[in-house]
Amino acid sequence: MIKTISELHSFKGWLFNFLLLGLAVVLLPLLNIWLPEDSAWHVPNYMFPLIGKYLCYALVALAVDLIWGYTGILSLGHGVFFSIGGYAMGMYLMRSIGKEGVYKSDLPDFMVFLDWKELPWYWYGFDNFIFTLLVILVIPGLLAFIFGYFAFRSRIKGVYFAIITQAMTFALMLLFFRNNTGFGGNNGLTDFKRILGYSLQEPSTKMGIYIITALILFLSYVLSRYIVKSKLGRVLIAIRDAESRVMFSGYNTLHYKLAIWTLSAFLCGIAGALYVPQVGIINPSEMQPSNSIEMAIWVAVGGRGTLGGALVGAGLVNGAKSWFTVAAPDYWLYFLGGLFIVVTLFFPKGFVGIFSRSSSKNNKEVILND
Amino acid sequence: MKETFSLFKPRKLGTLLIGRKTLTQFFGVFVFLVMSVLSFSIVEANDFELALQDLGNKSRTKIKKAIKELGNQGNPAALPALEALKGNRLRISDDGVLIILNESGDKGRNALSEKQVDLKALNLRKPRINNSVRRVLSSTIGKLQLQSSDPNIRLAAAEQLLKKSSGGLVELVEKALAKETSDEIREVFFLVLAKEGLKSDDKKKRLQSLKIIKKFGNNDFKNVLESLLRKNEKGEFLESYSEVRDNAKKAISSIERRQFFIDQIANLFYGMSLGSILLLAALGLAITFGLMGVINMAHGEMLMIGAYSTFVIQNLFRDYLPNLFDWYLIAAIPTAFIVSGVVGIIMERSVIRHLYGRPLETLLATWGISLVLIQTVRLIFGAQNVEVANPSYLSGGIQAFNGVVLPFNRIAIIIFVIFVVILVWTLLQKSSLGLQVRAVTQNRGMASCVGISTRKIDMYTFGLGSGVAGLGGVALSQVGNVGPELGQLYIVDSFMVVVLGGVGKIAGTVAGAMGLGVLNKFLEPVAGAVLGKILVLVLIIIVIQKRPQGLFALKGRMVDD
Amino acid sequence: MTNPEAQIKDVSVDTSHGCILYIEGLTVSFDGFKALNDLNLYIDEGELRCIIGPNGAGKTTMMDVITGKTRPDKGTVFFGQNHDLSKMTEYEISHAGIGRKFQKPTVFLNHTVFENLELALKAEKNVWTSLTKSLSGEQKDLIEKDLETIGLTEQMNLRAGLLSHGQKQWLEIGMLLVQDPKLLLIDEPVAGMTHQETERTAELLASLAGKHSVVVVEHEMDFIRSIANRVTVLHEGSVLAEGKMEDVQEDPKVMEVYLGS
Repeated sequence: MIKTISELHSFKGWLFNFLLLGLAVVLLPLLNIWLPEDSAWHVPNYMFPLIGKYLCYALVALAVDLIWGYTGILSLGHGVFFSIGGYAMGMYLMRSIGKEGVYKSDLPDFMVFLDWKELPWYWYGFDNFIFTLLVILVIPGLLAFIFGYFAFRSRIKGVYFAIITQAMTFALMLLFFRNNTGFGGNNGLTDFKRILGYSLQEPSTKMGIYIITALILFLSYVLSRYIVKSKLGRVLIAIRDAESRVMFSGYNTLHYKLAIWTLSAFLCGIAGALYVPQVGIINPSEMQPSNSIEMAIWVAVGGRGTLGGALVGAGLVNGAKSWFTVAAPDYWLYFLGGLFIVVTLFFPKGFVGIFSRSSSKNNKEVILND
Repeated sequence: MKETFSLFKPRKLGTLLIGRKTLTQFFGVFVFLVMSVLSFSIVEANDFELALQDLGNKSRTKIKKAIKELGNQGNPAALPALEALKGNRLRISDDGVLIILNESGDKGRNALSEKQVDLKALNLRKPRINNSVRRVLSSTIGKLQLQSSDPNIRLAAAEQLLKKSSGGLVELVEKALAKETSDEIREVFFLVLAKEGLKSDDKKKRLQSLKIIKKFGNNDFKNVLESLLRKNEKGEFLESYSEVRDNAKKAISSIERRQFFIDQIANLFYGMSLGSILLLAALGLAITFGLMGVINMAHGEMLMIGAYSTFVIQNLFRDYLPNLFDWYLIAAIPTAFIVSGVVGIIMERSVIRHLYGRPLETLLATWGISLVLIQTVRLIFGAQNVEVANPSYLSGGIQAFNGVVLPFNRIAIIIFVIFVVILVWTLLQKSSLGLQVRAVTQNRGMASCVGISTRKIDMYTFGLGSGVAGLGGVALSQVGNVGPELGQLYIVDSFMVVVLGGVGKIAGTVAGAMGLGVLNKFLEPVAGAVLGKILVLVLIIIVIQKRPQGLFALKGRMVDD
Repeated sequence: MTNPEAQIKDVSVDTSHGCILYIEGLTVSFDGFKALNDLNLYIDEGELRCIIGPNGAGKTTMMDVITGKTRPDKGTVFFGQNHDLSKMTEYEISHAGIGRKFQKPTVFLNHTVFENLELALKAEKNVWTSLTKSLSGEQKDLIEKDLETIGLTEQMNLRAGLLSHGQKQWLEIGMLLVQDPKLLLIDEPVAGMTHQETERTAELLASLAGKHSVVVVEHEMDFIRSIANRVTVLHEGSVLAEGKMEDVQEDPKVMEVYLGS
């Protein structure tokens, strides 16, 4: 197994990866802890949840690249899986508030506000972290599995599939907006106090979560790399390029699509769960179709079918978003919209594609053939 | 008989002279009779005037008495003053003259003579009334309205009576019933009588009343009927006759069935209304998707642009042609079509054309365009909803039956949509352009080989599809809110229509839109709007399992997607 | 769904009657148009049959039905005595031993020639083995042998998208061979090939007959003459004539409809 893993990247590739990891997990925290606050190189506390947020998005982008860049399945509803993981974590965090909420009750504040007398059955168990962890790991994948089974089985492809995923996330968003559904309505879940006993206000907790996020992203990247380098990855690419031929070559493409689709949802769920403690809130607007569509543009901007491109794209677009919403909020949508148009028209291979038009050895060019 | 005739047999003048005494006697009787009748009406008129006058009395008790008196007299001429009193438009001048003000309070007329008065010259006082006076006022007005010559007023009064029953109305209603010619109003009178009849001691009368209620009654009667089935503390039925109880139960189920039927008709109508709007929204999408395999994510914005075009035209008319305001809608229709069509063509020429054969990229690129369009509209018109008013001929609605009102604007939209669909169908099936469009839809390569300029066709088709969506925006502006995000609300549903109905045949889009509209409306009362939407989505996925290409899609050996 | 384990076990085809493909009374219509009309066709084991016919005669539709892409409205399609093709999915049919080469070459353009063959290679094809197993030495040898057969050994690591049209056709045939099917369906193998390429293809196909059963659809008359044993002429969805090439060529019905001279 180690040998196979070592084959995933060239020596230079692995070096690059570990450097990045070291930067994220070792250097930045040290720059925060060791340096005094007024030093130019000091990394302020607020950077960690901010970068952590971007890392969560990067994990989502990885997941989307796996199904879209490699397998050719465009989902406009991946926000659903992200949100479910996020809500699960949110529910755990809500219950961890205990009696310290505004209403000093066992029940979360919003339930008291709605005049509810007891905890609904689907909130049971979320006071236990292991249970919550299981939910995060299982439910998004399970939902994806069921949806994917019916969708792929009926051979829904391409734009039809994309539209149906959009409808799915739209419907779920409406559901979660209702106060009666019991997830906080349009305010969502927020005002968290602690996780696993550690206070969420403490910078050390935030840094801890950030480091965990970085590590999980790294592991997910390695896993994804392993998949795309294996025969499984080649089959997925083949499915993207000529699904009929793959079927006629004896592969049950339903199984393959279902497998990668479920994995992708699994990763998104984890990303959502890591996201929530770092931003401090989860609400139904995470499930709006536009969020999911933006996830696709992260991958397109960075470069589909390259894994690294997805990570780069997530960082670039979200960085631009943060800048615009502060400096020129009225123009953010023009920028984003323009990005969609320009990238699809002129840069189908994305950011990464600009740099690797070179040797056939590093040939990551993808003949776009959907 | 013979004598009577002999009395009136014409006599010669001479004979008159002979019977002069008799004649004088008769004449005297005659004068006396006339004087009595006259004096009665004078007395009556006086009574009427007196009572009317007393409406302005300072004492509330006297006012109440006057109202009751007017009610007993039964003269509908009292209505204007009484209604003015109720609506706080009655005034009394220093000389005690009753003045009725008009709605805006700037003109007044004398309650008795109906002559206009100069308000400024008079010192006016408001009569003081309280709730107890108001109660008597309401029931008296109701009573008098029953005798009005206008059937609409009579109907409204009758229905009022039905709602607030008070004893002692029976004779009044029976009198009115005897004179009533309209079937609709008679029905209501029967129900009023029946409601009273239920309280009768005579079992037969109760049964009779139940029969009437069973036939004509609505949901409001359920309480009354259920009280017949109640038990007292000892567990005994209040209504001792089982026959009456059984009939009451039958009446209840009959009412429930009728109500259910009416509810379903209402749902059907609203479903069709929703479906017709969805149809306009989805038709354009089906055309462009069918032609180019392009799912245009900015299609919703074509709807939005059409709605905003309507808004602009409305404002132009309001500012420059206020007398012709009602016609703004007529001008808005071609405007919206053209504006949306042009925007669509620009989209096609600049972006979509270059992405032919790559539907997923087109999806993303058009999403980007939609963001740009929404933000532009937001910057120009503001992020809030804007007001588009219905022209006068579309306000209000017809009362279909029993509380179901079918609004005119929705009816107009359904007719409009039918018209548009027929127009588009004719264009596609009968015109040469339509022939070319269909050819390119079915086999682009072949069509190009026989000399069809596929680029031009793409452009026209996209323009048509966007234009139709613009028309949808006009319709939407009449029934819903107009804001920058209007398109986003309808885009998901439009997609569902296209997925469900299939592509390539208009029949499919019609079936899909109507089906979804009606289905949505029928599920709403059962499952709520949100769950209804989810159910619809699940249903669509199930249908797709069996027919992946949609209900009406073109079959055949299509190019492998 | 089929048991994944069963995918790799030899799904034996019962050819005790000598016939490997039975098509009886096959009817397929699209929106009112009858693509196949009561078609009857029997292919013997080990034979090389050529199917010819004008455009729209139903040749490709017939292949679609055999490989499971289209379902028949009426009639039966049997692979050997025991496999009812109308009830199997594409990949099950592929596993049963039917391979198809499409009219348009459908190789995987973004994969190298080697990878194309690796994907097509007869092996376990479920998700888990694809993820975990790598190619054995034996399997590598098989691929290399196949490369020799189709003459693409030098282009082994070239991306298939960069091959010439003729090379793509061969690659697809190679992918077919490496699947080791019992019945090969080949749709227009020499379209767009040069004269020499056509000859080579003819040799290749002729050598396949015997061990495999081959059905070739083509328009190129010289090519057919050089390989064909028996020829079936399709017209408007059913068989117009059948027999040896010379006999079919002389058949007046065929001349009227198709050959002209």
